[in-house]
Amino acid sequence: MNDDHAISATGGSPLFHVADEHEHAAGGSTLLGFWIYLMSDCIVFAMLFATYGVLGTNYAGGPTPRDLFDLRLVAVNTSMLLLSSITYGFAMLQVQRGRVRAMQGWLAATALFGLAFVSIEMHEFAHMIHDGATPARSAFLSAFFTLVGTHGLHVSIGLVWLATLMIQVGRRGLEPANVRRLECLGMFWHFLDVIWIGVFTFVYLMGSLR
Amino acid sequence: MLSDSSVHQLLFGRLTAAAVPIHEPILVATFAVVAAGGIAVLAAISYFKLWGYLWREWFTSIDHKRIGVMYMVLGIVMLLRGFADAIMMRLQQAMAFGPAQGFLPAHHFDQIFTAHGVIMIFFVAMPLVTGLMNFVVPLQIGARDVAFPFLNNFSFWMTVSGAALVMLSLFVGDFARTGWLAYPPLSGIAYSPDSGVDYYIWGLQIAGIGTLLSGVNLIATILKLRAPGMAMMRMPVFTWTALCTNVLIVASFPVLTVVLALLSLDRYLGTHFFTNGLGGNPMMYVNLIWIWGHPEVYILILPAFGVFSEVTATFAGKRLFGYSSMVYATVVITILAYVVWLHHFFTMGSGASVNSFFGITTMVISIPTGAKVFNWLFTLYQGRIRFELPMMWTIAFMLTFVIGGMSGVLLAVPPADFVLHNSLFLVAHFHNVIIGGVVFGMFAGISYWFPKAFGFRLDPFWGKMSFWFWVVGFYVAFMPLYVLGLMGVTRRLRHFDDPSLQIWFIIAAVGAGLILVGIVSFLIQIFVSIRRRDSLRDVSGDPWNGRSLEWSTSSPPPAYNYAFTPVVHDRDAWWDMKQRGYRRPVDGFKAITMPRNTGAGVVLAALAGVFGFAMIWYIWWLAGFSLAALMFTVIRHSFNYAREVRVSAAEVDRTERTRTRLLAAAGLPS
Repeated sequence: MNDDHAISATGGSPLFHVADEHEHAAGGSTLLGFWIYLMSDCIVFAMLFATYGVLGTNYAGGPTPRDLFDLRLVAVNTSMLLLSSITYGFAMLQVQRGRVRAMQGWLAATALFGLAFVSIEMHEFAHMIHDGATPARSAFLSAFFTLVGTHGLHVSIGLVWLATLMIQVGRRGLEPANVRRLECLGMFWHFLDVIWIGVFTFVYLMGSLR
Repeated sequence: MLSDSSVHQLLFGRLTAAAVPIHEPILVATFAVVAAGGIAVLAAISYFKLWGYLWREWFTSIDHKRIGVMYMVLGIVMLLRGFADAIMMRLQQAMAFGPAQGFLPAHHFDQIFTAHGVIMIFFVAMPLVTGLMNFVVPLQIGARDVAFPFLNNFSFWMTVSGAALVMLSLFVGDFARTGWLAYPPLSGIAYSPDSGVDYYIWGLQIAGIGTLLSGVNLIATILKLRAPGMAMMRMPVFTWTALCTNVLIVASFPVLTVVLALLSLDRYLGTHFFTNGLGGNPMMYVNLIWIWGHPEVYILILPAFGVFSEVTATFAGKRLFGYSSMVYATVVITILAYVVWLHHFFTMGSGASVNSFFGITTMVISIPTGAKVFNWLFTLYQGRIRFELPMMWTIAFMLTFVIGGMSGVLLAVPPADFVLHNSLFLVAHFHNVIIGGVVFGMFAGISYWFPKAFGFRLDPFWGKMSFWFWVVGFYVAFMPLYVLGLMGVTRRLRHFDDPSLQIWFIIAAVGAGLILVGIVSFLIQIFVSIRRRDSLRDVSGDPWNGRSLEWSTSSPPPAYNYAFTPVVHDRDAWWDMKQRGYRRPVDGFKAITMPRNTGAGVVLAALAGVFGFAMIWYIWWLAGFSLAALMFTVIRHSFNYAREVRVSAAEVDRTERTRTRLLAAAGLPS
């Protein structure tokens, strides 16, 4: 099982340690680690989707998706989230060019779209609760509020994270640690987009067909 | 105007003086013992002025070795609590026949069997397994620390926080009376309105976050930080099992998080996930929790399999037999762990085809496991076996675990399960595999790696005492339960009418007493070993003539583990180095960058514990306050960019020179 990886120049005997060690870049595992965390989060959503799949038609004599969902509002909301993903992508393009101000601008746009998404969702929830369609009304509504609300909670946490990062980049510029954090938040943000596509299709579109 | 009671409710939620059980003599006595012991420990720490040392060198440490040791200490401390529960149950069941009611009232007995299961799985087995992986894996792969050292410290303190909540339930309020998996509707608010299930939920949620993050951390560590030359198929088998276990953790703990979150929503907000009314479905809880629960038992056993693989190869003085098949068996078990969960509730009524599917997959799992047992046997075959303590535990495991495995295959047959479901036969089966597999494995691992962690061996006499009392005690305690289970006795019973059963329970109680002697012997072993550390000292760093990289560095290893990152040419990297006349480098050292200690993990976990307590007692202002403080601390910590500290070349040189001197004084090659 010989390795030609580290044969010393002086003779045939192999080297058993790295003689001139290069410094490991700090945080070299961060992106992989964060991705693994995202996959665990994906399982959280998988469970919530499965729960919705099982309980989603248990209306218990209460309102059904057809009574509750306003597809036009949800379409607007979906476009808010998708646009925020595009602007986040634009911000990352500016990171590659090293243009801090332009990047901050795109991040601010992302935050605004994200805020719009969360606000519209809160409006939708408030409307439903006002009409008596509360999470305690039926198992369908319990599963609906939990799945959609967990996604909304993630977006809200993403917004806090985004604001924190904008301050940090403002203070320290695009140093490697900050770029790494921006890349992680980017993965998080796009991941939430993917989840939302599932919510939109599985909960709203298919719900309205029922 | 607010009335007195509403002021009280605002400030303290539903927490009242009545929550402190001063009318229950057993709990008062327990409290007195715990308080006296706790005060004695705290006083001793203060007397010897150890607070600063503990805080700087241990609590805030992000050195994976120290975190590993702290996990082990947590696991052993909680073992005492979990075992106290066990012996109380054994005594109650041995006494409560006919007119005799025993000494435990029903609501207390129910808390005890719940707490016993929860503590033994989450706060004994999990910390022991995680601690061992934390300590060993970075050393085995030639790394200087884990991928995310701060996260590691945070994970540990979250586990402590969860354990503290469970312990607190002894003295403030109740613990759950639902059994260790808290099935609804019993665990719903309608049937368990008190604080018990909430202690259960928040204790597990907080500890679960720690477990999940530690899983992410160790996967990234194993994938990214292996020494040059260590391809995947050259990793030591313990590292392989650690990788598979952490994959299982990351893929299954989110399920537990979700199912407990849904149960909390049912309890706090009145939703209908698992209720009987308005469309809820309690059986969904049972499905979801076992989708976590079955992988969980493999999370516990796989690292134990890893320990046995290291121990057999080392103490037989041979290369491990069938390395590739060992790796593939581990991976196959990892995958199959996800497709067997329904065997925990064949009686739910899923129908013959579903039950057959899960019965067959369950039986299939015994094939890779059997392959492992044969690999260990063939490793021993024609080896020069040294019967040191780790090897003795391994032999006991092989004999005991096979019996437990066979009773498991029996239970995998759905018609047989319909008879044995929820009987003491099941209780005997899972104790047979968890004690015979996980506990024996952890003791093998502790006695194997203890010299690496502390630089001296454990005392063999008290180790053998512990071994024999544990092994014999196990058989005496649990073989009667197989018999009782076959006779149809169900689990979790506080009182029995049929006097002919009593003898079996008395034998089982005697067995528990023998295990108690085993546990006490283990504690004496630690104490005696510390007292006799000079005569048990190992200077070489390689007391067992080991095969993997961790034995190539000093015992205990320096903070940076390896002055130079090792290069691997063989599966048994250190064995290969010894065979080819490896000389340890004695000069030319360079500065090393290491992570810096931080107290942020302790603070965050403490705040999480306060949040959990506030939620349990409906103290909403405190919950909001601690959650805000938690978020603030996370954000503030993210502004700390100075997370590394440089160990200068001179300091590395000094450390390594000390070792050279010690080796020379012991007459060993440097």
